[in-house]
Amino acid sequence: MTGDVSQLWVYLSTTPLLWLAVTLIAYQLGSWLFRRLGCSPIFNPVLIAVLILVLLLKLSNTPYQTYFKGAQFIHFLLGPATVALAIPLYREVAMIRKTFRPIAITLLLGSLAAIVSAVGIAWLLGGERVLLLTLAPKSVTTPIAMGISEQIGGLPSLTAVAVVLTGITGTVIGDLVLNWMRVHDDTARGMAFGVASHGIGTAHAMQKSRTAGAFSALAMALNGLLTALLLPILISLLR
Amino acid sequence: MLGSLTIILVCQLLGEIITRLTGLPVPGPVIGMLLLFCGLLLKQNLPSELEGAANSLHRYLALLFVPAGVGVITNLDLLVRSWLPLGGAILIGTAVTIAVTGQVMQRANRHNQQNEGGTP
Repeated sequence: MTGDVSQLWVYLSTTPLLWLAVTLIAYQLGSWLFRRLGCSPIFNPVLIAVLILVLLLKLSNTPYQTYFKGAQFIHFLLGPATVALAIPLYREVAMIRKTFRPIAITLLLGSLAAIVSAVGIAWLLGGERVLLLTLAPKSVTTPIAMGISEQIGGLPSLTAVAVVLTGITGTVIGDLVLNWMRVHDDTARGMAFGVASHGIGTAHAMQKSRTAGAFSALAMALNGLLTALLLPILISLLR
Repeated sequence: MLGSLTIILVCQLLGEIITRLTGLPVPGPVIGMLLLFCGLLLKQNLPSELEGAANSLHRYLALLFVPAGVGVITNLDLLVRSWLPLGGAILIGTAVTIAVTGQVMQRANRHNQQNEGGTP
């Protein structure tokens, strides 16, 4: 009997099917808990899913590479989903044209605020150099952030984690901070979520309003471009 | 649906080719997004099928970040060692970024609208 079970495990642990299915189950469990607990942003479905999966990988002694063989099918969809952000962007094109200057100013200051606050606070709290470089692109969407991190000498996998945590943090505290700062304009709220918390913030903003979602998608895309251009220059100035 | 997915994937592919050829530090999907956006601007309308494909991709946008997030498992030691600067930068840094971005946009918007009102 135990022989059968261990043989089944040997089979399952080599197919991508297992961890692909477990990832979907963990996410749906996260969504279910999120709704059950009154949609409080602290019980973010992504955070719950990540915690469940990390725990399962640790308990079953499964390396991340094995996990990723299954999860890569979900990860792959990030690319097409990023391309498809052109659609909400296009829907709001008239609005974007009308507010072009505010968007440009906000992007530049917001992008700088994201980089300087991340690096500055980590430095003040005694972070080592590699950590500062890893955190610098944390507000940018995962694929861009990992690319930048690698280029400037950070740790891309830790950057990916910091990016996800930043996204979750943004959705947890974003509405509180914006209400406290009396920012009620949907375009401004969208920009804030997009610049600070990339795709996770955009997913959150889309649920609140279509305009906020579109501006968040725009901010995320342009902030990604801008940070990719700004950060390597800033780092070379510091050296 | 198939046609729309093909368009999206071809844009991504072109984006990857462009970043590889030019050596831009910008990832392929972002270039792909800009290409699709320019294409829609030229076409001047949004096919409902493409909109449907985008909606179904975005309905579960948050799920797509899970595999990268689980990557935390490969850096648990650095994470434990540097929890204070890491947590501080993420928590305070994100709050500062949201506050600055939201405020600047709202102010710039008001300024923009006033200017538009002032020049008939």
